[in-house]
Amino acid sequence: MTSVHDWAAPNPVSTNRSGLIGKPVDRYEGPLKVTGTAPYAYEVQPPSPPAYGVMIGAEIATGRLTGADIAEAEAAPGVLAVWTHFNVPAQPPRGAKAHPRSTAGSNPALENDKVAYFGQPVAFVVADTLENAVSASHLVKLTYAAETPDVDFRARLEDAGQPPGEQDVEIGDFASGFTAAEVQLDETWSTPIQNHCQMEPCATLAWWEGEKCIVHTSIQMVKPAQHGLAETLGIGRDDVHLLTRYIGGGFGGKGGTYDDLALAALAARALGRPVKVAFTRQQMMNATIHRPATVQRVRLGAKKDGTLDAFSMMTWTHCNRNGNFTEHASNFARALYAAPNRLTGHRLVRLDLPVAGPMRAPGEASGTMSLECAMDELAEKLGLDPVELRIKNEPPVDPENGRPFSMRQMVRCLKEGAQLFGWDRRLPTPGLVRDGRWLVGMGMAAAIRGNFLLPAKCGFSVEPDGTIVVRQGMTDIGTGTYTVLAQIAAETLGVPLGQVRVEIGDSEMPPAPGSGGQFGAATAGSAALMAGMNLRKAIAALAVGDPGSPLHGGSPDEVTFQDGVVAISNRSETLSDLIQRAAPAGIAVEGEIRPAADAREWSTQTYGAHYVEVGVDPITGEVRVRRMLGVFAAGRIINAKTARSQLTGGMIWGAASALTEANPVDVRYGSLLNQDLAQYLVPVQADIGEVEAIILDEVDDKANPMGIKGVGELGNSGAGAAVANAVYNACGVRVRDYPISPDKLLAGLIAQGM
Amino acid sequence: MRPFTYERATSAAGAAKAAALTRGARFIAGGTNLLDLMKLDIERPTHLIDVSRLPMAAIAATAEGGLSLGAAATNSDVAANAEIRARYPVLSEAIVAGGSPQLRNKATVGGNLLQRTRCAYFYDTSKPCNKRAPGSGCSALEGLNRNAAIFGASPHCIATHPSDMSVALVALGARVELVSPSGDTRTLPVADLHRLPGETPQIETELIPGELITAVVLPPPPAGGQLYRKVRDRASYAGGLASVAVAGGQVALGMVAHKPWRAAAAEAALAAGASPAEAIAKELEGASSLGRNDFKVPLVARLTAAAISEVKGRG
Amino acid sequence: MRTTITVNGDMRALDLDPRMTLLDMLREHLKLTGAKKGCDHGQCGACTVLVNGVRINSCLSLAVMHDGDEVTSIEGVGTADKLHPVQVAFLNQDAFQCGYCTPGQICSTLGMLRELDAGVPSQETPPGAAPVFSEAEIRERMSGNICRCTAYPQIIEAIKQAREAQSLQGFGA
Repeated sequence: MTSVHDWAAPNPVSTNRSGLIGKPVDRYEGPLKVTGTAPYAYEVQPPSPPAYGVMIGAEIATGRLTGADIAEAEAAPGVLAVWTHFNVPAQPPRGAKAHPRSTAGSNPALENDKVAYFGQPVAFVVADTLENAVSASHLVKLTYAAETPDVDFRARLEDAGQPPGEQDVEIGDFASGFTAAEVQLDETWSTPIQNHCQMEPCATLAWWEGEKCIVHTSIQMVKPAQHGLAETLGIGRDDVHLLTRYIGGGFGGKGGTYDDLALAALAARALGRPVKVAFTRQQMMNATIHRPATVQRVRLGAKKDGTLDAFSMMTWTHCNRNGNFTEHASNFARALYAAPNRLTGHRLVRLDLPVAGPMRAPGEASGTMSLECAMDELAEKLGLDPVELRIKNEPPVDPENGRPFSMRQMVRCLKEGAQLFGWDRRLPTPGLVRDGRWLVGMGMAAAIRGNFLLPAKCGFSVEPDGTIVVRQGMTDIGTGTYTVLAQIAAETLGVPLGQVRVEIGDSEMPPAPGSGGQFGAATAGSAALMAGMNLRKAIAALAVGDPGSPLHGGSPDEVTFQDGVVAISNRSETLSDLIQRAAPAGIAVEGEIRPAADAREWSTQTYGAHYVEVGVDPITGEVRVRRMLGVFAAGRIINAKTARSQLTGGMIWGAASALTEANPVDVRYGSLLNQDLAQYLVPVQADIGEVEAIILDEVDDKANPMGIKGVGELGNSGAGAAVANAVYNACGVRVRDYPISPDKLLAGLIAQGM
Repeated sequence: MRPFTYERATSAAGAAKAAALTRGARFIAGGTNLLDLMKLDIERPTHLIDVSRLPMAAIAATAEGGLSLGAAATNSDVAANAEIRARYPVLSEAIVAGGSPQLRNKATVGGNLLQRTRCAYFYDTSKPCNKRAPGSGCSALEGLNRNAAIFGASPHCIATHPSDMSVALVALGARVELVSPSGDTRTLPVADLHRLPGETPQIETELIPGELITAVVLPPPPAGGQLYRKVRDRASYAGGLASVAVAGGQVALGMVAHKPWRAAAAEAALAAGASPAEAIAKELEGASSLGRNDFKVPLVARLTAAAISEVKGRG
Repeated sequence: MRTTITVNGDMRALDLDPRMTLLDMLREHLKLTGAKKGCDHGQCGACTVLVNGVRINSCLSLAVMHDGDEVTSIEGVGTADKLHPVQVAFLNQDAFQCGYCTPGQICSTLGMLRELDAGVPSQETPPGAAPVFSEAEIRERMSGNICRCTAYPQIIEAIKQAREAQSLQGFGA
C-alpha cells in the first residue's frame, strides 16, 4: 500500500506547468446547461416512445395496505398497468444478493402490505401519456388498516439510545471539569427536519435491449444503484447499464435509490416499451430522505481568560423505524476546540417518520448550529471577542486523538475573515446599530468539515486525433466534476482543455464512489491523475519505441507533454501524429487511487470562518441577510470558479437553515407538513445579499497526491450559526429553536420590551 | 388532472350562461391557482370555460373619477399602470408583494380575488378538510396552524385568504362588477365578496353559480397616504403571515381571516382621534388565536400601527 | 384539440389533450426539454418561458389556451455554437451548478430586463419612481426562480454582465 509520503513527490498536478490547475475555467458542460440541451434522466430520448409511470404514496404513516380497487383505473383511457403489492411482478426479498459482492442488495418496490411511513409508494400506474397516467392515478382506491404512528420526536427523547455500535467519547473527566469551571454555559438547541429540495425531482427512464436493462436515472452514486437494481430485477449486474450524466442537484438526497428506479425497469420489462417515472415535488418531501431533527445540549466550562476546561456536546436525533441513520451532529466538535475534559455522543430514536438520511454536511450542518452559538454566548459571558475566544482554544494537535493536523489554517481563516469583513466595527452590545427600519448586527462562526479519500478508478485514453478521453463511473451533481476532471486530464497530458472529452455517469466505466461527503473531487480526481500518469507512461513508451518517432530511442522518463506535443528536449511531434501513426486504434489505460496505509496518522479536515451581517426588523421580527463572507482553507483548489460557487452555495444553505428551512411533523398523522416549495421555504434570490468566499492558498499533501480537499460541504458548516449570532447582535434575542422565524423572534423582542 | 372539456368564451354573458348550464364547469383565466389545485385533484372541473381572451382586460377611468380594472387584466398590468401607481399606490404595492413576476404576468384581477386558501391541510388530500371535503373535519384546528385566522374563524375552518391584492382593494373600498347566467349585472363591495367560513367553509364567496367577475371598480382614492406592508418568512415569493393595507383612514388586513379583513373598528377609532396603536388595539379586541398563531395578534398590532404612522408621513 | 402555437419561430399545428400543460407540451410532445419541471405548481420557476415576450410559468398554463401565441423556450434563445449574451454571462459567471434551474433563469432574465425597461414596478421600486437596474431590484425580480444550488450571487453577476452586453450591442429573444 502507498504512504502519504509517496504523494509528496511532484506530479503533473502539483507541478502545474500549464497553469490549468486552479484556473477559474468555465464549466465543461456549461454550454449544454445554459442552452437547455444537457439531457437529465427524464429527458433522454428512448429508442421508442415511452410510457409514463406515476407513483401513489401511502396516506397513512404506519399500518397495512389492506385493499386496492384498481378496476376503474385499469379501465381508464390509455392505461397500461396498475400495480400495488398485490400484483407487482415478483422481486427478490429486500437485501437479497444473488451476487455476493454486490454493493447493494435487492430493493423491491411495492414490496408488501406494510406501510412504514407517510408517502411511501404503494401503487403505480402506467399509461400512454402523462396526462392519462396522472388522471388514472386519481381512480385507484386504496384501503388501509392504520396504526397510531409513533412520530413525536420531542416526546420520545428519553427513549433514545446509543446508535448501534457507538459509544460516548469521553476524554478526561467532563463532569468534574465542568463543575469546577469558573464560567459555565449549559444550553440546548434544536434543529428541525429539512428537505433537500433538489430542483430536479428523482426520475428514471428505463428500456430493455434483449436481456439488458438500460436505465437513465438521477443518482449520486452509480455502482450501488446498478447493483441494487440488478438484484431487484434478478438479473446479472452487467445486464444493468445505468447512466446518470446530468443530475439536477443531489445534496445527499440522491445517494441511494428510490422506487422510481425499480418500477421503471419492471414496467419497461412487463410492457416491452420504455417507461419513465418521476417523483412529483410533493412526493419528494415525504418519500425521499430528509435531514432529521436534532436536540443538542452543549455544555462549556471555561476559565475567566476563556480557556476551555470542559466541553460536551450531546445530540438526540431520529430515524425511521426500519432505518439505520444517525445525524452525527456532535462528531465535528471532537476536532474543533482544545479542552482537557470532553464528552460527546449521540442518542437515536426510531420513529414511524419518513426516512432520515444524509443532507449536505450531515452532522456539521446541524451541529455547528449549537456549538458555534454556544461559543458566541460564552464569549459574551466572558467579555471576550468571539474570534479571540476561538483562537484561544485553537488546538495544536487533534484534541481527541493527539494526531497532528495534516494542515490547519483555522486561525488564518478567522483573522483574515475578521479583517476583510470589518469585524472591528462590530459593537459587542446588541441592538445599538440601526439602518432605517432595520437593526443591524454582525456575527461569526468557525467552519470545519472532515476530508475523505475513497478508493476509485478512472479510465484514460488517447484517440487518434490526440483527444484525451476521461471515462469514470463518477457523477457531477453540479459540483464541477466534469470540469475538474477535464483540467486534471489536460494538465497531466499537456493538452489544451479543448482537447479533452469527459464521459462520466455510466456504470460501464471504471467505478468511482460518486458524489457525497465532499469527497468527490479528491477521490475521482486522484484516480484521474493516476490514470493520466499511466497514460503518460504508455504514450512515452510508445514514442521512444516507435522508429517513426523523433523521440525514438530516448528515455521514456524524459518525455515531456505540453501543448499537445510530446518531446524529449528539442525532438518533438504532436500527440495526434504519434498516435495516428503508432497506435491508430488509440491507447486506453486505467488508474486507481486507494487511501494510504498511514493516512490515519493525521487528522485531516477542511476549515473556515464565517462573518455575517443581518438586519432585523424590530417591529415584525423579519431577518434579512445583508452580507456574508467566508474564508476557507481546503487544500489545493483545482478550479477557483467552481470551488467558490460550491462554497457560496453552502454558505447560503447555512443562512437558510438559520432562518427559513424546516419541515414540522404533524404528530397526529406522521406526515411532514410542508409538501411543496410554497410551504417549505428554500431561500430565494431576494433573501441573499452580498456573498463572498475567499479561499486561502494551501496544499495538503497528506490528503491525496494532488493535495486537494473538498469544499462542497465546508461552506454549509457554521454559516447558520454565524447568522444566528448576527441576529443576536442586531437585536439581543437568542432563538435556540431553529429556524429563527418572525414568530419566534417577535416573542423574544416583545419579552425584551422592544 | 381528470378529464375535462374546454371551450373559449366569446362573451362574458355567454360564459356565465355556459357555466350555469354545464355541471362541473369552471372559469379559467390565468389558471395559476386553478391548475395548481386541479393537478392535486382538489379542484375537479369537468368543463373549463376560458375567459382569458374576453375583452375585459382594460384599465379605464370611470365617470365617478375612479378606475375600472377589467377582470382579465393581469396582475402585472395593474401593478404597472401609471394611474394606479400614481393614485392607488397601495394596490400596486400589494400586487407586487404577491407571488412572483411570472405568476403576476399570468394571474388576473378576477382570479386573484377568487384564489383559494394556502392552508397546508387544504392542500394535502390525505387529511380531513371541511373546505375540500365538507363534513370531514378541520385538520388545522388542532394541527400545525401557525398561519391560521385570528378573525372570524369557525370550528369548521380556520383558513385564511392568501391574496395581497384583495387587501388593498378592500382598503380602497373597491367594488366588483358581476354578470350572472341570466345576463343580469350587479356590483358588490370587495369587502362583501368573500364569506366567513361559518359552517360552510367550502362556500367562499357570495357569487351565485355561474356568476362571473367582469371588473373591479375603484372609487376615487381616499384623501391621505397609502401603504401596503406584508410580513413573511422569506423576503419574496412567499405567502404572508400578516399584511396591512392603509389608504388614508381606511385599513384592511391580510392573511388574518377567511377574507381580506376590513379593520372597521380600527378605522372608527382612528376617525375618532385614536393613535395608530390604540386604533389597531380596538380591532384586535375581536381577535382570537389558538396557540401557534398567537403571535399574529401582536404582529398585526405592531405592523398596523407602524404602517398607519408611516402613511401619515407619506400623506 | 387542434391548437396552433409558434414555438421558437416555428409555427406548429398540434392536436393536444386539453389537460396538457404548456410545459408538458414542450417537453413531452415537442421534445424540447430545455424548460424544466421542478415543482409543476408555479413554485420554482424552472419552467419559465416567454409567451409573446412575457415570462410565465409554463407548468401552470394549459397548452390549448395558447392558440396563436408565440412561445420562446431556451432552445429559441441560443445554441451551444451561438450562445445568447445572457447564456454567455451565465457561463462566464458560473451562475449555475446542477443546471436544472438554468434555462428558466435565463428565460426569466430576458423577460425581467424587458419588464424593467417597460417600467413594471417590483416591491423594491420606490413609490412613484421608475425602476432602475440595481442589485436590489434584480434580486427581487429574479426571486421567482429558485436555484437550490443557490448560485444567487453568481446569477446577479451574470445579469450585470448581460446588461452590459445588452447596452453595448442590444439583444433579441
